[in-house]
Amino acid sequence: MTILVIAEHNNTELNAATLNTVAAAQAIGGDIDVLVAGAGCAAVADAAAKIAGVSKILLADNAAYAHQLPENISLLIAELGKNYTHILAAASTNGKNYLPRVAALLDVDQISEIIAVESADTFKRPIYAGNAIATVKSDAAIKVITVRGTGFDAVAAEGGSAAVEAVASAQDAGLSSFVGEELAKSDRPELAGAKIVVSGGRGMQNGDNFKLLYSLADKLGAAVGASRAAVDAGFVPNDMQVGQTGKIVAPGLYIAVGISGAIQHLAGMKDSKVIVAINKDEEAPIFQVADYGLVADLFEAVPELEGKL
Amino acid sequence: MKVLVAVKRVVDYNVKVRVKADNSGVDLANVKMSMNPFCEIAVEEAVRLKEKGVATEIVAVTVGPTAAQEQLRTALALGADRAVLVESTDELNSLAIAKLLKAVVDKEQPQLVILGKQAIDSDNNQTGQMLAALSGYAQGTFASAVNVEGESVKVTREIDGGLQTVELKLPAIVTTDLRLNEPRYASLPNIMKAKKKPLETVKPEDLGVSTASTLSTVKVEAPAARSAGIKVKSVDELVDKLKNEAKVI
Repeated sequence: MTILVIAEHNNTELNAATLNTVAAAQAIGGDIDVLVAGAGCAAVADAAAKIAGVSKILLADNAAYAHQLPENISLLIAELGKNYTHILAAASTNGKNYLPRVAALLDVDQISEIIAVESADTFKRPIYAGNAIATVKSDAAIKVITVRGTGFDAVAAEGGSAAVEAVASAQDAGLSSFVGEELAKSDRPELAGAKIVVSGGRGMQNGDNFKLLYSLADKLGAAVGASRAAVDAGFVPNDMQVGQTGKIVAPGLYIAVGISGAIQHLAGMKDSKVIVAINKDEEAPIFQVADYGLVADLFEAVPELEGKL
Repeated sequence: MKVLVAVKRVVDYNVKVRVKADNSGVDLANVKMSMNPFCEIAVEEAVRLKEKGVATEIVAVTVGPTAAQEQLRTALALGADRAVLVESTDELNSLAIAKLLKAVVDKEQPQLVILGKQAIDSDNNQTGQMLAALSGYAQGTFASAVNVEGESVKVTREIDGGLQTVELKLPAIVTTDLRLNEPRYASLPNIMKAKKKPLETVKPEDLGVSTASTLSTVKVEAPAARSAGIKVKSVDELVDKLKNEAKVI
């Protein structure tokens, strides 16, 4: 078995999600190569070479891959991928964007967001917003898979010494171009990888009140998330959304404040180790999944909680 | 220009689904079905493009059982001009659906194809990207803004760290994210009028597409249930539990 893992990165830093994807590759078993495709991304390849358990790094450094435009990068991955039995990428917005395109180019089905590896051809994945877990078997010659990071413990980022091999191929489909991006700036830990997440919902009432959560989060070293209601109401930007259509998190501690607990929200956080709910409605569905529930007004409870930590 | 919109019939998003006792799948008997929420957003965007004078004709298409006609009628009531049902009783995987849609795209030659970013039943998030690959078109996934400008379309996409804007050559594929728009409701007169709009039915065989798949579902299980939690009476008790019982802070 030979597995190609596509590195997630921003051309300067390797994203930690790559380590979870390599862990999934190790669960499948076999030689693991990592593809780093981007522009000016040699530092990423060097970081990837240190990942424990990786055999080889393929570095495709070309302007055509600068923003991982799916039209270009999918041609590259499909070309390289023909030599592998498995192609894995993180189920990030990048992986979700280009990997189905790769699968179609290779004329195979794709398996999305696996959370467990049963064997080299059988995988578990959640369906219906996490309300059912399907075990799926693939007979395809090349298995194309996205990996849900929270399903696998990250491998060590240090300890490996893989060789870096340059890939000359420069695929430019000429169909698309990058115009610009607006990235939200945050000093707090990244939502998907945080050990503690504090999330707010409609109950926060307005964007200003999220300060209460930011302050609590800073005390805990936590990331701040939100429900769709809070995002739609304009309290916070949408990259903070936790749920079926937002980010999937599984921290050690998830504190849900003023969140009722709709199916779509639970889909994004119910694998958290410990869930705390603070809500004034004791009938809120969030209390059915919370390990510790506090029926209280969040505007009193949150500052009090912060004071007592 | 012509816009093609793909829609899917799925379990209504408010339904709490149950796994069948024999673990063969999810129990869909007598469960309320609706148009996938992301597909509603796709239809709405197409209708808005028509209202802006950008789109001249909207064709709604679905792949599914006979009953999926209901969702096509909904799309027609919302403003689509005509509909195509690719009738298949099998539960098809995304690649097979993408191949069927590709055949429809070849026939209809739309300039823009709009799909939802994912269906809330399979949660795959694949079909739009696969259709783009098969057609050789550019793709703008997870769109929160779509602006057609001459021979290209600018798509603002929701990405992990924020927003990204890309410019795509037409014809192109766009998949919708939640923030793209707020879908309208169908009015009663429009629902009545939709009954008279043309709805064509074709079979996968007519399109010359094989829907065979290498993927099979071994079993479907309910997720592990969380053990029942407790309600604490005060912030003090909560802090104590988190520190001494759960040991997470």
